[in-house]
Amino acid sequence: MRWFWIDRFIEFVRDTRATTIKNVSFGEEPIDDYLPGHPHYPHSLIIEGMAQTGGLLVSEAEGFQRKTVLAKVSKAIFHDLVVPGDQILLTAIVQDKKPTGAIVEGKVTVNGQIQAELELSFAFLDDRFGGGALFPPEDLLRTLRILKLFDVAVDQNGNRIHAPEHMIEAERLAAREFVRSRAVSQLKPN
Amino acid sequence: MQVSEDVFSKVQAALIDALGVDDDEVTPEATMVGDLGAESIDFLDIVFKLEKSFGIKVATEDLFPKDILTESTYVQDGKVTATGIAELKKRMPWADLSKFEKNPRVQDFGDLLTVSDLCRYVESKIA
Repeated sequence: MRWFWIDRFIEFVRDTRATTIKNVSFGEEPIDDYLPGHPHYPHSLIIEGMAQTGGLLVSEAEGFQRKTVLAKVSKAIFHDLVVPGDQILLTAIVQDKKPTGAIVEGKVTVNGQIQAELELSFAFLDDRFGGGALFPPEDLLRTLRILKLFDVAVDQNGNRIHAPEHMIEAERLAAREFVRSRAVSQLKPN
Repeated sequence: MQVSEDVFSKVQAALIDALGVDDDEVTPEATMVGDLGAESIDFLDIVFKLEKSFGIKVATEDLFPKDILTESTYVQDGKVTATGIAELKKRMPWADLSKFEKNPRVQDFGDLLTVSDLCRYVESKIA
């Protein structure tokens, strides 16, 4: 199963706020399996979707190079169930950001009605947890493009945010390696 | 050292909210880590709530002077040296270090701060 619980970014302002949408389909396994006979979208996946939205929001300014993990769910109040056919809007608002982590307020709405109120803490892991980012940059870049993050992302002054150069370079190298490995495999005798 | 009731009640509210503890657990003598169960990530939340409640800025180094606890000038054989203790007293005049001084093991520093210490720290920032 692919662990993505957001479909697309529709708003992204660096270190300030971001909104994603998630379309809920009856075809998704967790909908029917969570409480058989009462298909609805599990609250835990709404938290995960907000964690993905907020985590990308607080790690973008550093080029997604910090190991950013959800460390604490301080508040999670749910007002209603989300059912197949609903479209969820997940808005993450940065409350505080320090060198060690960030706090994000989450507002979830469906059809303009508040569905959930969340507060999440993210930790930026230091070198004790190994250097580098959590995901290969070329893979993360592909995901961010699918989520259309760079279509809407701006900085606090409204200037467009583009994909970080280090991710583009990693993508170039990965593509070159792919082409090279294909060429080598074609040269091998059957 | 007494702390004002107003500061205590706001600090208490922040700790109840951040740590999910009951109000009777947040006594002036309670230690943040040992008694209230605060973990490292909770301090981010606590600091955020204190900053919001009192309109102050809290630097992580104020509460955890990492250099004193790691540099060889201040630490020998896992214990903070006399120079280190003197530096701690200088930088953290609001903290009661009397118990820590008796056996200043670096590993015990994390459980040093009490609710009273935190209140006095806040008072030093708003003074």
